[in-house]
Amino acid sequence: MTSSSSQPILHGASIIDAIKAADVRYVLSVPDLHTAQGLLAPLAADRAIKLIRTCKEDETFGIAAGLSYGDQRALILIQYTGFLYAMNAIRAMACEQSLPMCMMIGLLGKEAGVEPIHSTRYGVRITEPLLDVLGIKHMCVHSDDDVALIAPAIDEAYRTSRPLAILIGTRPLPPQDEVAA
Amino acid sequence: MNRRACLDHLHQLITDEIIVAAYSTASDWITINERPLNYYFFGAMGLASSHAIGLALAYPERNIIVLDGDGSLLMNLGTLVTMASLALPNLHYSVWHNGSYEANGGHPLPSTHVDFCGLAKSAGFTHPHRITTTADFHQIMPAFIRERGPSFAEIIIEQGPIGPRSYKDMYSKQRRERFKAALHTNENIK
Repeated sequence: MTSSSSQPILHGASIIDAIKAADVRYVLSVPDLHTAQGLLAPLAADRAIKLIRTCKEDETFGIAAGLSYGDQRALILIQYTGFLYAMNAIRAMACEQSLPMCMMIGLLGKEAGVEPIHSTRYGVRITEPLLDVLGIKHMCVHSDDDVALIAPAIDEAYRTSRPLAILIGTRPLPPQDEVAA
Repeated sequence: MNRRACLDHLHQLITDEIIVAAYSTASDWITINERPLNYYFFGAMGLASSHAIGLALAYPERNIIVLDGDGSLLMNLGTLVTMASLALPNLHYSVWHNGSYEANGGHPLPSTHVDFCGLAKSAGFTHPHRITTTADFHQIMPAFIRERGPSFAEIIIEQGPIGPRSYKDMYSKQRRERFKAALHTNENIK
């Protein structure tokens, strides 16, 4: 889905619907400017999801690991900088222990219509290659057209006990923008 | 205080709690009380409390006792704020304070005079305990592991033997599967 100016349109509400469809009970997050208003704010107001706010991103991986032993599904919502920060926790829990760590990573500053690998932002550009090195399956959500892929991917991550990274390539629109549109 | 002596006493106090232990304390604990409900996290140092939060959320009917190191806590100080803000009644966090990175060769912490109890109080723990003597340990620990959490205890100990210790078996997949099976079958093994 794109706007009249060819800007991809991504609604936070549609992502939240996908998260719920995947039976995710917990969202573990450090705020990211990219998703703060369009996704994290409505998640915080949603009574069907328990939002756990942490001080640093690696905490979220420990919490998700503990939850996984109770078969509780969690989604880690962070920015790519937090992904980079938490690399050692990801290495240990997601990769070596093969726990079902599902990350949703905001690509702050990624240009519209540009694949992450071609971004002028260094941190955005290296995110997918790093995921490839780690052996973590990943997908990039650019618009509402991609949202249908989220729930099946989370289901698969939990069914196979493997990590997953869902990159958010477009800044999600908050509910008020949906009404205005 | 001697850590092993303290852990020997703790062994007498626990029943069906989940014990989340880190590094040197874990290495001692496993020789004192091998049981399915011990949880040994793997990899990133400092995250014992974070794993424990996840377990406490997933198993609200069980008490979770964390045996963490002071060097570990310094790597994840924000966890004090996270734990306090979540106010999980079944989470009991202890930091074993010997002023050193014992598991990493016994080098001192950047400062050996950190007031962890003060940090915990500032983060939001209402009644943190500071335990400096064996008599205090025997008196306070029964309450600490039974009181409504989140509870916090700083336990002052002497440095234990400096490695090398092998953690290979501690982190085995079989042990993790045994832990999960014990939870799912509601196994109650002290």
